Amino acid sequence: MAKTISSDSVGIVTPQLIHFDERLELRSGRIIEQYDLMVETYGELNADKSNAILICHALSGDHHAAGYHDADNQREKPGWWDCCIGPSKPFDTKKFFIVCLNNLGGCAGSTGPSSIDPKTGKPFGPDFPIITVRDWVKSQARLADKLGIDKWAAVIGGSLGGMQVMRWAISYPNRLRHAVIIAAAPKLSAQNIAFNEVARQSITSDPDFHEGRYYDFDTYPKRGLMLARMVGHINYLSDRAMRDKFGKDAIEGSFGRDLRSGKLNFSYDVDFQVESYLKYKGETFSSQFDANTYLLITKTLDYFDPSVDYDFDLSKAFVESQCKYLVISFSTDWRFPPERSREIVNNLLKAEKQVSYLEIEADQGHDAFLLPIPRYIEALRSYMDCVAEELAPGAANAS
Amino acid sequence: MRADLEIIQQWIEPGSRVLDLGCGDGAFLAHLKKEKQVLDCGLEIDTENINRCLRAGVNVVEQDLNKGLSNFESNSFDTVLLAQTLQTVERPDILVEEMLRISRNCIITFPNFAHWRHRLKLLSIGNMPQSSSLPFEWYDTPNIHHCTIRDFDNLCRDRKIKILHRTVVDFNHRSSFLMNLHPNLFGINAIYHFTR
Repeated sequence: MAKTISSDSVGIVTPQLIHFDERLELRSGRIIEQYDLMVETYGELNADKSNAILICHALSGDHHAAGYHDADNQREKPGWWDCCIGPSKPFDTKKFFIVCLNNLGGCAGSTGPSSIDPKTGKPFGPDFPIITVRDWVKSQARLADKLGIDKWAAVIGGSLGGMQVMRWAISYPNRLRHAVIIAAAPKLSAQNIAFNEVARQSITSDPDFHEGRYYDFDTYPKRGLMLARMVGHINYLSDRAMRDKFGKDAIEGSFGRDLRSGKLNFSYDVDFQVESYLKYKGETFSSQFDANTYLLITKTLDYFDPSVDYDFDLSKAFVESQCKYLVISFSTDWRFPPERSREIVNNLLKAEKQVSYLEIEADQGHDAFLLPIPRYIEALRSYMDCVAEELAPGAANAS
Repeated sequence: MRADLEIIQQWIEPGSRVLDLGCGDGAFLAHLKKEKQVLDCGLEIDTENINRCLRAGVNVVEQDLNKGLSNFESNSFDTVLLAQTLQTVERPDILVEEMLRISRNCIITFPNFAHWRHRLKLLSIGNMPQSSSLPFEWYDTPNIHHCTIRDFDNLCRDRKIKILHRTVVDFNHRSSFLMNLHPNLFGINAIYHFTR
């Protein structure tokens, strides 16, 4: 039986694999001879190709940002940013042509560590080069070329996605009109890197990791990847969010300590709901995500710092950019707290760029950027409505 | 457009950079963008006003004036404007100094507490004055530092601030003979254009 799909959904979508023959020279100096990118699009590209939006995904995201793949699967969840993408949603598919891709090094169809290396006939595994945000953006620019998009109406992303947006504005200052940077940071802090290192150690110390060649052994580092994801989850949720999520049945002041079976077990099994939740999330993730990709992307995050080429002055990096900026942070985000977004804003102001900044009150921590928080959704809608108005024929300052 | 804003905009150069502290719904900046092609930046803390600014295509930064303006570079704007907000901040004197650091062209408007109606109310009934320009009760007012035209003149004198223009207007933002004769007695709203 076909499922019922709400009228503000993009509906059933089919991703496409796009092949690139041109070699890609990476920041590290290494080269990828050829590669594929898995791409999903929503809406229609207009005649002058001015209404395109690029959506950049974060650590565990992919090209599937909205809608569904399977008309018959009742239990299928929509794409990861479905609350924002669709007809009459903030990224309105009646007005915009929206492009989202699985980044290079990913594990959802684009060329990455789990792809077959044509030279050896085996998966790349640990031989896959480290990819930086700048390399991603370079590959995204080639995708734009292929789609005939000279200039994006907007490039939008949250978290690591927001870092790609910054890199777009720096590397291709004339190829985007608006940059929307959500729950991001100008670079990782020592604490952020420390969390990433714990995640990496969890994976690499798993006996099933086999130095990254686990594909050859027909296995994968399930426990390691699970642990990595559990650490990540703690980092993405706020203390408040955990109290609310795992303290539903209890009185105020329970601190989210709801028990799973209503009593203590006096053993080392799962006692509290938070434990079983993390375990479940970790297990689900480990069965769907490639461990080498996880390692790679945590490195991509650690290496991100566009100020390195500009005497460590981020404002200088932004000087050439021509776009307008919208920066958004969330009050309880302790992965990339509001002050990290304000750093971005202050550097943009210093570079005399046009910037708007919002600090959204939200209990959900870093994850808030994926959630339909009313003020946040309304702000995106207001901003994007203006972006759409610039597209209208005869609109002033449309360039 | 409000007559006080009409007065203010003559001091703003076309194509210049304008910082509006407490920009409200962004209507004035939107007007300046359209008429004078200014590069706009507004600061605001009210969430609904911030959304109105976004909808109007006005650049708006969510920032509390009481937490300072240290994130703005010295001399980074051509004009800094503070309209009907001076009396609501914790340290008006510090804010005025910060405005002068950020720009050489500063504009402030505020309700004149020494207007004769206010004086009369305090003198006769003994209540904190309320009027159409000061509609709040003493306990719920956002206005925590009322000041008069004489007070602001004194501040400018003490801090060696050069007043380029001083205009007083009534509630309809019009000026009159009496107001020009005794601004501190008859002026409802004060408009200062100053530099250092």
